[in-house]
Amino acid sequence: MRLEWRINGEGRSADIRPADLLLDVLRESFGLTGAKPGCRNGDCGACTVMANGLPMKSCLMLAVEAAGQDIVTIEGLANAPAQRAFIEMFAFQCGYCTPGFILNVHALSLAHPQADEATVRSWLQSNICRCTSYEEIREAVYSVLGSARGTIDATNG
Amino acid sequence: MIGFDFDYYRPSSIEEAVSVYQRLEGQGRHPVYLSGSTEFITFARVGLMCSGAVIDLKGIPECRMLAAGEREMTFGAALTLSELDDSKAFPLLGDTGAGIADRTSRNKITLGGNVCSRLIYKEAVLPLLLTDSDVVVAGSSGIRRVPISRLFDREMRLGRGEFLVQFIVGSSYRSLPYASVKKRKASAIDYPVVTVTALAAPQGVRYAFSGLCAFPFRSEAVERALNERGLPPEERIRLAAGMLPEPILSDVKASADYRELVWRLTLTDVMEALES
Amino acid sequence: METIGQSVPKKESPDKVSGAAMYTADRIEARMLHARYVISPYAHARIAGVDAAEASRMPGVRAIVTGQDSDVLTGEELRDRPVIARDRVRYQGEIVAVVVADTEAQAKGAADAVRVRYEPLPVVHSPAAALRPDAPILHERLGEYVRGAGVIPIPGTNVASVIRIAKGDMEQGWAESEIVVDNRVTFGPSDHAAMETRSAICEIRPDGHIVIESSTQVPFAVKKYIASYFGIDSGFIIVKTPFVGGAYGGKTAIHLEPIAYLASRAVGGRKVKLVNTREEDMVTSPGRIGLDAVVRLGSTRDGRIQAAQILYHFDGGAYNDKSSDVARAAAADCSGPYAIRNLHCECLTVYTNHTFPAAFRGYGHSELTMAMERAIDKLADTLGMDPWDVRMINSIKPGDIAPTRDRLTRSNLGDIQTCLRRLKELSDWESSFSRVDDYKVRATGISCFWKNSSIDSDAGSGAILLFNPDGSVNLETGVVEIGTGTKTVLAQMVAERFGMSVDRVHVKFAVNTLDTPEHWKTVASRGTFMAGRAALKAADDAIRQLKDIAAAVLKVVPEDLAIGGEKVFLRDDPSLSIPVKDICYGYKYPNGHAIGGQIIGRGVYIQRRIEPLNPLTGEGTPGPEWGVGAQAVEIELDLRDCSYRLLRSISVIDAGRVLNLKGALGQVMGASAMGLSYASREAFYYNADGQVLDPTLRDYTLMRYGENPAYTVEFIENPCLEAPFGARALGEHGLIGMPAALASAVSRAAGVRLNVLPLFPETVWRARNGGEGTS
Repeated sequence: MRLEWRINGEGRSADIRPADLLLDVLRESFGLTGAKPGCRNGDCGACTVMANGLPMKSCLMLAVEAAGQDIVTIEGLANAPAQRAFIEMFAFQCGYCTPGFILNVHALSLAHPQADEATVRSWLQSNICRCTSYEEIREAVYSVLGSARGTIDATNG
Repeated sequence: MIGFDFDYYRPSSIEEAVSVYQRLEGQGRHPVYLSGSTEFITFARVGLMCSGAVIDLKGIPECRMLAAGEREMTFGAALTLSELDDSKAFPLLGDTGAGIADRTSRNKITLGGNVCSRLIYKEAVLPLLLTDSDVVVAGSSGIRRVPISRLFDREMRLGRGEFLVQFIVGSSYRSLPYASVKKRKASAIDYPVVTVTALAAPQGVRYAFSGLCAFPFRSEAVERALNERGLPPEERIRLAAGMLPEPILSDVKASADYRELVWRLTLTDVMEALES
Repeated sequence: METIGQSVPKKESPDKVSGAAMYTADRIEARMLHARYVISPYAHARIAGVDAAEASRMPGVRAIVTGQDSDVLTGEELRDRPVIARDRVRYQGEIVAVVVADTEAQAKGAADAVRVRYEPLPVVHSPAAALRPDAPILHERLGEYVRGAGVIPIPGTNVASVIRIAKGDMEQGWAESEIVVDNRVTFGPSDHAAMETRSAICEIRPDGHIVIESSTQVPFAVKKYIASYFGIDSGFIIVKTPFVGGAYGGKTAIHLEPIAYLASRAVGGRKVKLVNTREEDMVTSPGRIGLDAVVRLGSTRDGRIQAAQILYHFDGGAYNDKSSDVARAAAADCSGPYAIRNLHCECLTVYTNHTFPAAFRGYGHSELTMAMERAIDKLADTLGMDPWDVRMINSIKPGDIAPTRDRLTRSNLGDIQTCLRRLKELSDWESSFSRVDDYKVRATGISCFWKNSSIDSDAGSGAILLFNPDGSVNLETGVVEIGTGTKTVLAQMVAERFGMSVDRVHVKFAVNTLDTPEHWKTVASRGTFMAGRAALKAADDAIRQLKDIAAAVLKVVPEDLAIGGEKVFLRDDPSLSIPVKDICYGYKYPNGHAIGGQIIGRGVYIQRRIEPLNPLTGEGTPGPEWGVGAQAVEIELDLRDCSYRLLRSISVIDAGRVLNLKGALGQVMGASAMGLSYASREAFYYNADGQVLDPTLRDYTLMRYGENPAYTVEFIENPCLEAPFGARALGEHGLIGMPAALASAVSRAAGVRLNVLPLFPETVWRARNGGEGTS
């Protein structure tokens, strides 16, 4: 079936199977390989994109479900605050989880520019980073959010 | 990557969904309803679900309804867990749903999808059990509104070709004190060892549990025992433990004896909070 | 300008935050074929038959490869593993057939239609079970396998390799001991769980070149071993590696590449792509080794250790791969950073029906450290001494002799005493146990570690520097960029040597064995040491050439010249100078005559005087230097359900010299996070049939944002004189002491001695109630 999406601000269309996942269509039909398969089970968040402004795991979404939606992949961000912050704070190493993390943080910063600690934690726990300690990512998130960054709370269980 | 092919339908009305189902069923296509589709996608990938056609319900306005009237609150089955949480319409439901999976996944997982999950947890049903909610169900014989106690017994007992449209909850429940506590094995994102939800109704505190047995439940006998206010909490919990509908679950998340311990401790905290 | 030590952001940063960084599976080509595996559901079974008739008729299917298509046995230390299982499967997830089809969906559909008949065999669940006299023998032909010099198998048993360390006089050691303690630790296999699953793409070109693209840490080893396994000249094998999405040792195993080669061969050399699913990455491809260890320590009443008897039974899994070498590395450093004169270690690598292990960050050292440190805690308890004091008293110093008989110096050892002293201050050791309320307890546990990065004695590295017309320089090395930022650090070294801005050093990230100088393997935290030596040598080579040309132009002798700021100048009078850009492609005189040519700096390094371990005595020189450090973990435990929170993680490490501060902190913190994650929650669960019950990231849970403790990392700097700028290895070390420190903290808080991993709250609760997990 032929479907259309708005991807990174451009109208795009492709012939797909209804069984195709958004993740695979982005990668295979549009070459947007910044969306990474990490588990294909909704557990790791490496494939996170934005769909109509919300972070979505593109491995948990049929491409047909997203038809007509406004999709933003990492390739659609240019010099976004989250991208700059991740570089400055050394918030990645291997870089594989990074597009998913950045899109989640970008969406968070748009939805909750003054997000509190609980909201940040809830959103950021959707992604797994296996290289960093998460402290670097925390620094990056708070530098983007611009809210007064709490002191590092040693009791944050 | 899903290894088999299926057709995708997205009806925009209840009637259309029902008729599409009937047509596909008649063609032997074994259609399945979905709304969040997360469980279908993950199960289909590993061959645990297969279908020739799927019917996506999230285009049906009634399934997406969110209303808080003076007497009743209406929660469409295709509302996502994030939407329910963010709306603050009913914090007990929002909080309990917010314990499921992770935030990004909850942008996709729906209330109806979780309640009809093939997994044993279905935590979103707990608040609906506590509030004696009504379920609006659609099928070939039309739309019916049924008390949840008549439909939910360990799992949602829907007729062939039926799907969930809405849950209706009395608005008075919104202001009652409640607790919703999920205890996990070790990690922040995991299935529950136990989830304890409780609601302080005027007649007594109501309780519903997930993870304790291989299905979520609310039990009159357990509730009666836990409300024996003349007895100390430990004694009441001991009585309740003897009335569980099934022996406590033992699996990789927790052995039965540790699970019981966590349940007792969590319940003690909840009782203390809601009875004070 | 000083570049060394600066927190230079990783050179690949813009690519990695924009989706431009390419990983192996990001290669998408229309004509490429796709492969999917058929894997065994049984942990141990005879393959009675593979029926692929129906599958081969399915749409899009181009080939089905089975064990009958190749009798090659693979393995770096011991060739015991068929590329595809032939007559027998020895672990759940082992590959039985590979389907090649036009699309991945078609390959998967056909793989599901391949019918395999199995006859289940009894399953060996643990090293202890494997060593029982009546245990099923997993490799009847063990004695016939081709093996390396360091591997000593015992045919007729499940022992893949035996190593002994025998130093000093044990009888005397026991005689001088007033107290003897025994402690046993056990933990099963776990997983690397890199976010990028393993993948490989192979094609055989019409001219016979075999081109493999792979997410590997070891492209040069892939080239060498594919050549050796299949009898092909290595010049015909080209291995390319783009960015790798996390490795941690897991991508050292040469596993998918031979399969991709057989798959491509089966379809006339067409390009075939193979990408592990997460489940396959966890059960089919290798994970982390398990261990069952007993440490017996003899000590005087004042806490001086006189003798140590150590027994390791490593869970070597179904095939050897690197497990016997991980075991060897553990045995070589078995004492930990403690001076123990009389030492005996027997180290067995034992076959079981678990997934075969690969290297894992730390290479046997978090394992040996858990065994030794838990024993030291027990000794301290028994003596009624402060565990910090016992560690300090016995800590190893320059002049002491390592288990390998190496004489230790400040340069090759570092300074564990300063690390320990600083740790004591940072961890508030004097108040390392407190009650918070009726149920909650806070406690700190400590651990010391050392690690020698032992690799092949002839391992080497090379670097090439090519100048651009603008005077900037391109750096090429064979280091794979797996996330450690090594190539940025190498660029810093080159910039430092040239006295130029690191922004003017361009780095090539992808490795292509056709034209990239070899870096033995991107393992063992050896990137900065070996490739650093090579890069500095290449810089010196280029500087010599630049000075030669400049000397001719400026009419001086080269010895009087210096380089800096992209100029070559007279040391005496810097105003007499010539820009590098005017001479790096040769110099052209006003009359058109030219001299010189493009400057190409080259440098190589090969390890010096490394001696393989004698497997009977433990004598040898495993590597040029040890890294040492001391670590602490503070937790808060709820005594009721034994759940706990990680409060603080503290590491004090002798870095030799910090080359990139934020990069170094990130390596230590990230490694610590990995150590805490696996010590607190990561393990494979096996059922009675040896099947893994948690092969997904949903059930095999990893630490997430906000679950981490606060991290304190401090470096002390005692240079290793052989290393570039004195820098010691750092990539793995933050992990090594974490499991032991966590076990110590939880043990103190719970009031029970814990000797198993992972430490789930239920595990702790069970131990408190007298169950397993205690000693």
